Amino acid sequence: MRLTYPTSVKIVRVPCTGKVDVQHMLRAMEKGADGIYIVGCKEGECHYKYGNLRARRRVEQVQKILNAVGMQSERVQMYNLSSSDAPLFVKYAEEMNDRIKKLGPNPIKARAKSKDQQAA
Amino acid sequence: MNLDGNPGNFKAHIRQEPRFIDVTKCTSCGECAKACPIEVTNEYDRGLSKRKAVFKKYAQAIPGAYAISKRGTAPCKATCPAHVSIQGYIALINQGKYQEAIELFRDEHPFPAVCGRVCHHPCESACTRNDYDEPLGIRELHRFLGDWENGVDGRFLPKTAEEKRDEKVAVIGAGPAGLSTAYFLARKGYAVTIFEKLPVAGGMMAVGIPEYRLPRNMLQREIDMICDLGVEIKTGVTFGTDITFDSLKADGYAAVFMGLGLHKGRGLGVENEDAEGVLQGVDFLRDAALGKEVSIGKNVLVIGGGNVAIDVALTAKRKGAENVTMVCLERREEMPAWEHEIEEALEGDINIVNSYGPKSFFIDKGNKFSGIEFKSCTAVFDEQGRFSPAFDENACEAFFGDTVIVAIGQATETADIEGQNVPMTARGRLAADPVTLQTPLEWVFAGGDAFHGPKSVVDAVASGKEAAESIDRYINGLDLREGRTKEWTFDKPEIINEPHKDRTRVRCLDPKARECNFLEVSYGYNEEEAKAEADRCLKCGICSECYQCVDACLANAIDHEQIAEERDLDVGSVVLCPGNDIFDPGRLDDIYSYNSSPNVLTSAEFERILSASGPTMGHLVRPSDHTEPKRIAWLQCVGSRDNNRCGNGYCSSVCCMYACKEAMIAKDHCDYELDTVIFNMDVRTFGKDYEKYYLRAKDKSGVKFVKSRIHTVTEDPATGNLLLRYADEAGNIVDAEFDMVVLSVGLEVPQSTIETARRLDINLNKYNFAETTPDHPVNTSRPGVFACGIFQGPKDIPTAVTEASAAACAAGRNLSEARGTRIKEVVKPVEIDVEGEIPRIGVFVCDCGINIAGVIDVPGVREYAEKLPYVVYAGENLFTCSQDAQDQMKEIIKEHKINRVVVSSCTPKTHEPIFMDTLESVGLNKYLFEMANIRNQDSWVHGNDPEGATIKARELVRMSVARAASLRPLHERQIPVTRRAMVVGGGVAGMNAALGIADQGFEVVLVEKEAELGGLGNRLTKTIEGMDIRNYVKDLAAQVKGHAKIDVLTNYVIVDFSGFKGNFKTEVLVGESMASRILEHGVTIMATGANEYRPKEFLYGENPRVLTQLELGDRLEEAGGADGLDHVVMIQCVGSRNEENPNCSRICCQSAIKNAIHLKKLNPETQIYILYRDIRTYGLLEDYYTEARRLGVRFFRFSPDDAPVVVAISDGVNVTFMDHILGRKISLDADLVTLSAGVEAGDTEELANIMKLNRNAENFFVEAHVKLRPVEMGTEGIYLCGTAHSPQLMTESIAQAMAAASRATTMLSQPYLTLSAVTAVVDPEKCASCLICARSCPYGVPRINDEGVSHIDDALCQGCGACAAECPAKAIQLSWYEDDQIMSKVDALLEGEI
Repeated sequence: MRLTYPTSVKIVRVPCTGKVDVQHMLRAMEKGADGIYIVGCKEGECHYKYGNLRARRRVEQVQKILNAVGMQSERVQMYNLSSSDAPLFVKYAEEMNDRIKKLGPNPIKARAKSKDQQAA
Repeated sequence: MNLDGNPGNFKAHIRQEPRFIDVTKCTSCGECAKACPIEVTNEYDRGLSKRKAVFKKYAQAIPGAYAISKRGTAPCKATCPAHVSIQGYIALINQGKYQEAIELFRDEHPFPAVCGRVCHHPCESACTRNDYDEPLGIRELHRFLGDWENGVDGRFLPKTAEEKRDEKVAVIGAGPAGLSTAYFLARKGYAVTIFEKLPVAGGMMAVGIPEYRLPRNMLQREIDMICDLGVEIKTGVTFGTDITFDSLKADGYAAVFMGLGLHKGRGLGVENEDAEGVLQGVDFLRDAALGKEVSIGKNVLVIGGGNVAIDVALTAKRKGAENVTMVCLERREEMPAWEHEIEEALEGDINIVNSYGPKSFFIDKGNKFSGIEFKSCTAVFDEQGRFSPAFDENACEAFFGDTVIVAIGQATETADIEGQNVPMTARGRLAADPVTLQTPLEWVFAGGDAFHGPKSVVDAVASGKEAAESIDRYINGLDLREGRTKEWTFDKPEIINEPHKDRTRVRCLDPKARECNFLEVSYGYNEEEAKAEADRCLKCGICSECYQCVDACLANAIDHEQIAEERDLDVGSVVLCPGNDIFDPGRLDDIYSYNSSPNVLTSAEFERILSASGPTMGHLVRPSDHTEPKRIAWLQCVGSRDNNRCGNGYCSSVCCMYACKEAMIAKDHCDYELDTVIFNMDVRTFGKDYEKYYLRAKDKSGVKFVKSRIHTVTEDPATGNLLLRYADEAGNIVDAEFDMVVLSVGLEVPQSTIETARRLDINLNKYNFAETTPDHPVNTSRPGVFACGIFQGPKDIPTAVTEASAAACAAGRNLSEARGTRIKEVVKPVEIDVEGEIPRIGVFVCDCGINIAGVIDVPGVREYAEKLPYVVYAGENLFTCSQDAQDQMKEIIKEHKINRVVVSSCTPKTHEPIFMDTLESVGLNKYLFEMANIRNQDSWVHGNDPEGATIKARELVRMSVARAASLRPLHERQIPVTRRAMVVGGGVAGMNAALGIADQGFEVVLVEKEAELGGLGNRLTKTIEGMDIRNYVKDLAAQVKGHAKIDVLTNYVIVDFSGFKGNFKTEVLVGESMASRILEHGVTIMATGANEYRPKEFLYGENPRVLTQLELGDRLEEAGGADGLDHVVMIQCVGSRNEENPNCSRICCQSAIKNAIHLKKLNPETQIYILYRDIRTYGLLEDYYTEARRLGVRFFRFSPDDAPVVVAISDGVNVTFMDHILGRKISLDADLVTLSAGVEAGDTEELANIMKLNRNAENFFVEAHVKLRPVEMGTEGIYLCGTAHSPQLMTESIAQAMAAASRATTMLSQPYLTLSAVTAVVDPEKCASCLICARSCPYGVPRINDEGVSHIDDALCQGCGACAAECPAKAIQLSWYEDDQIMSKVDALLEGEI
């Protein structure tokens, strides 16, 4: 359908959201990603039975960790949709983009920068 | 399609309609659809949206290429002698694309402006609107284009050949035929010189057609444009005197075209015709046009009734004549002149006198004309319609005047050409072949009026075009005739509900203002008028052949010249699965108001509204006003179960389920409370687990179900709401109002299928489904031809998919010898070892035509890629997936010693395999490949932000390059297949599965736990159709036992089972001795069957007068079985649809009806009462329900919370039940109560444990996917059929068994299986044996091996990566998705910027 969504979204392909690891998400946050969201099949429709449910648990885990270190946990989200549902994909992309815009850039980036400046 | 020959050796004659797009070249980019001006109804959205004439049916369509819809050629184009794409330029006018429109016109015809004024427009007579209201003003529309071009001072010519040719061609005569010949030859690159006798070019266009009709400047513009192509016109040169054939030959002309025209007037043959004052019409017009002095006096007579006579009369008037009288032979209505010209003459004050022929001229002494005597003409034509005027010499009349101008016909001026041996016919025309226009002098061609007689300009253009084609072929030594007899046929569309639109009238110069001047009479259309007129076009040809798509397609995939292809195929079997139509409720508009109310939709339309890719993108709104509906009603059985109104007596089987589904999804789509009501007679949710779905709809989602068939839907015109009036179960009349009504339309066999069946000599039943028998469910009446899907009978998707595999099994039986004989092995080069090499990455950035390059700065991305780490090459391709680009890629890989490839283009979903093949073909491991999707994930979705899209493309390429650098070669392991099957269970299903496999040439071991084969089949008597099951089972068992490839083991127990697909090992203990035997087999088929439920209710087992249906069936087979049965009550749903077993047992309704009919036939006096909840005689079984009612069987609905009560009485049993119609309880003493006991799964608990097979809550085995893999189990290599899967009829079991055999055969037919390389691998050094992987694997694959660490069998691993993500020690990596590989992308994105 070629519906438009924000260019800020870049997709990393995995065979199943169940493959997405906590460390993958944390690493991305650490490197300065402003937000991460995992898009899995609808619950109950996972090709590999319950990979999307595992992913949701891991997202929740990452959210807890972020909270614990004082970062906004909303930067990480789990979404579910059917692969043919382009309008919903766009809706989620826009929702995520708006959420991140409100939150502003990943604070880790700012710290890294100020550290760089201090060093300089 | 036609079919000759015999099973195993058919010849199938097939016809493939053209697609007009080369599927091998189409990249599915959609640029053609953007350019297409034609919008038509989108069938895929059931008419709720529009699509273009060039289209792709839906996003996931296979093949993924576009196609063009055509309905032959549009009538206008077909009828136009020059075959101009009329519908095309009209469509382009509609879009305001005037330049494209005029270029399209000029592609076939050089004179849009001239013909826009003078054409006799046969197209308009053929115009479909002509049959409906008024034809389109086609001529005026292309005149508009000519005027527009003049207004913008443009000269828009179509493409010409790039290379000029050396050959010269001479054209004699600069009339429309000669000019057209020159025009088309010049476009082919030839040097053309036109020799014209007159001082001006244009022929009759210049000196015949008066200026007030065709302004000379407009003519000159179009002649000048021909000269712009390099054509030279030499005027004042007479053929025969100034030039000759010999001189032309000597001057090096390779060919000559003769377009001499008809410039000489025909005489009357009346005495004194040579008198002064007697003029010839053509001479008069020519002199007037050339500005010569013409003196005609005040009173002019014109003889003739054709267009030329009218031109003469009107010109005479403009030249100063006061009184002009036209006299002609014909009656007014017979006059050969066009009606609009006659009207113009009358407007011009011309006196027309009909039915007179000249008798003699009056002359004065100076031989000057003074008048004529006319005799009255009584008939112009004879009885055969030939011109043969008859006169009454006694009825004469004299006319007097200063001049008489004779305009009764024209001839070629032959005086000049005498002695040139120009080939002429006896009638004085140029002689030439009618198709090639070649004269007997082979280098000379002829056309135009001098060849075909007086015709219109467009006919001259047509002959000029044909002559140019012939001359080109002649010069190139090609066959002049080949492929030139195209029949221009057309079909007109059926016009329904099209609003009438008046033709846009052309404004004209006031008749008074026309006097004594040659100002153009007609103003033509202005832009607004042209658009209004163009909008009337009905798009008869669908595709308008405007060829805009051809220009838009950079892949050159479009071919408008494609024609239908007929082919003969050698085939051994034929499978028919032509699908279905849905019932058109417009046929019952008086009931359902489907045609008249926009808010009454079919279920198929409603599905599209619910679909995310549908016309409203999944937003639930009603069509009339796009508001969100609050109440929706579904009406069931529209076009099904309806013998009265539509003749479809069968049940369509699927509608109850889809209505439940649609109602639930509709509710899901709404963030408000949506009220949904399904009006039904019976809810037929009889499939596996379907009842649970129905309960979910009813109890969880709150969908309401009302037992009533709606007989009238009325629209409230004020609101668009729909009013339903119905009687509820208690008989009360209820009025209800809904915002939308969905008609649950049934399935039908399309007319086209009926015709195919007739051609193939296949018998159809009374509803036009293929005739089959219960024991051979997919065999049609013609041996070797099989049917499946809805053509075989109404059914849902799982059953259709199953049956398709069954048909494949049946078809394969005739083909087993030929298996594998047409396989070509792909030879792959030895793989290059890249281990330890530094990555050398090649990046191929794709333009995808303008799909990517139109948005993203591709050269910029390519340059960027060059600078990325490890990149040794970066290139750009127009289409990276094209064959030539693939060949180049191979060379580049070799040349630059590339060892990792990144293609930056579209989606790996469709294109990854293509590029991986390319890698393999040059010896590179195919896993050293990565794609960056800069089309679907970038240019397509960020078209509004090219800059942002380019930045993103760089980022995506950077991420892919980073991952590519981290890739390692992977190898797909091959494992051999044990080519033997084990079938578990020797019932009807198991035996059919065994035969299905064995007949394909593979060994089968059939294991049956009982001593005898047959299973539950041994207890059955007859099918509802009357087939004897006992004999069938006996024959089947004999066949199985006698089959050389089948080994039957009875009295077996399975004690151990291990292995994986292709390599299973089963230990069985056989016979009384319990001897152990190990079976090795590649596939396993589970056919363990089911039992009849043994009722605990209704006194079963306590009272001998309470039986099950099976027991009654047995009893009725015995002599006197029906004796003494005056009252029989049957109770349905015993042991089904209750808390213990929520499922419907599917077969019991038909069992009851089967036995009831049998009983009624044995003893018509027996009163039978069937107490039911819903009668579920789905599909064609509905006929038996109808039959039972006809025979007087009575049906009473009961509700489960008010179930019947059965008590024993002294001489029978008493049954009390509620009658909803009477609203009271009925108590009945019966001789017999028959319980429709449900189907209970066989006892497979232990077996399931040993074999690790999934069962559902009711202990039926679970298939891998309900629709996609209905006979496969979760464990690969294990298949499922018969009642072990779910309750089903014997015939359904047979089909399912054949399906399982077919699926199993696909595995057995391969000598080895190739395993995926994307599997999880354990690093034993890191493994802590914590078992988390074993617990996380959805397939239970990880095992702790002998070394005490986890081991994942790559034959069993599905590659999801769950274990890798869960493993706390990170000891597991999923190949190709290793953590480093995923993280490399993240790192590259976030900190790899360069």
